Formats: sequence, C-alpha cells, structure tokens
Amino acid sequence: MSEQAAPIFAALGDATRMRIVSRLGGLGPLSIAQLTDGTGMTRQAITKHLHALEEAGLVTSERVGREVRWRVRQEQIDRARHHLDRISQQWDSALERLRKTVEE
Amino acid sequence: VNTTTDRIEKTIVLRAPREKVWAAIGDAKTFGKWFGMEFDAGFTAGARVTGKIVPTTVDATVASMQERYAGTPAEFFVERVEPPHVLSFRWHPFALDQSIDYSKEPMTLITFELEEVAEGTRVRVVESGFDSIPLARRADAFEANEEGWGLVITLLEKFLAA
Repeated sequence: MSEQAAPIFAALGDATRMRIVSRLGGLGPLSIAQLTDGTGMTRQAITKHLHALEEAGLVTSERVGREVRWRVRQEQIDRARHHLDRISQQWDSALERLRKTVEE
Repeated sequence: VNTTTDRIEKTIVLRAPREKVWAAIGDAKTFGKWFGMEFDAGFTAGARVTGKIVPTTVDATVASMQERYAGTPAEFFVERVEPPHVLSFRWHPFALDQSIDYSKEPMTLITFELEEVAEGTRVRVVESGFDSIPLARRADAFEANEEGWGLVITLLEKFLAA
C-alpha cells in the first residue's frame, strides 16, 4: 500500500477535505450543493477539494438522474483501517518483547 | 479507535515486579535488547544518546523485519529518568532514511510509566506530538518507511474518527 498511501495522506491533511470525507462517510452520497450547504465556501472551492480527493482515490462520483453525487470509496477506508491496525500492532509487538524480557 | 490525532497510547500489564520491569526499561542496554537497538550511553535525564538499530534478540520474526534497517542511527533526547516509574525521551519518528537530516524537525515524546498493580506492573506507553510534524514530511516518511509507526496514525485517526 505504500505507493498509494502518500497521496491519501496528503489529501486528508487538509481540514476542509477531512470534513468533506467525514460528511460523505456519515451522510452517504451527496451532491456538491449539499456538500456546500452551511460551509460558507463556494461550490467551486468544494469542487476543487473533491477533485483532489478523487485523485487520491478516496471519493468517487456517480450520476443519479440529473444530479452528480459524491461518495466515499469504502475499499480505500478498509485499506486505511488495515494499515492503522498494522501500525498499532508494532507498539503491541514491542511491548510483547518487553513481556518476554521480564516474565521469563 | 482512538479519536485523538496527536498521540498513540498503549497499556500492558506484566507479571513481574516493578523493579524488574524498570530494569528492562530504564537501563539502556536491556531496553535495547527487546526494542532492537544498541546505545552509546546510558539513559540519564538531559542526555542525548545515540542508538543504532540492532535486531532484537527476543523475537525472531521481529528481528528479521528489523534486519533491513540494521545500523540505522537514532537520536534519543532523554528527558525524565525517575526510577522506578518514569522514563521519557524525544526522537524523530520515522527517521529511517539516512540521506535525510532530521535534526531541524519537531520530535515526538515517548513516555513509559510504570505502576504497581496486584498482578505485577502496569506499563503505559504514550507517544505524542505527531500534530506538529509537517504534512509533507508525513507523506515522505511514509514512503520511506512502510513499517514505521506514528505519523501515519495521526492522519488515519483523523480520517477514521471523522
């Protein structure tokens, strides 16, 4: 996953983009109008962020009737979760080695 | 999932007396054996200690993973040495690319806290300060070290907690 990870983290290292992903994750597919609502930002600005997220592979869009809806790509989240687990395991692993050292 | 973005926290209860656990943590040589490092000096408050990765002797699988980084240096800036309950130091997380000068970058703080409990000793490890690591560095660091801990967690936790 390392090759793809860097753009993912770069894409998420921005408060607005993080918020967009959070709203899409919690509320399901949304239109740009719905995503812009209440943010105080322009549609153009939101669109720009969506395209950055799309490039990182985190979101995708689909046409529903006359509307374009954006959604989070769940498979990417699953990969992120998998990686978080692995990193967390390295701490666990270090502490298990400490256990071996003191509990013999 | 931990919802903070700045720190990683782990707790383990060890069936061993606190003095023994302290000896394995507060003594640089013993620390290095399970952690997978050799140090050029002991842990004393305020000391800057240079370590290098030397595969651990207590777990063969981990040792084989550490093998590819063998010899990589790491600076430990020791802050607190309070036997038998606190050891803390700062370091540069993910600093595994020897062609990069990490010295100007912010460091994370690692704190080991030991507490006596009925079963033995509770050890809490906290690594904090990830939020001050620049974004570009997080991405670079991740590319440089797929196995690394820490920086990635910061963004992933933000992501997963969202």
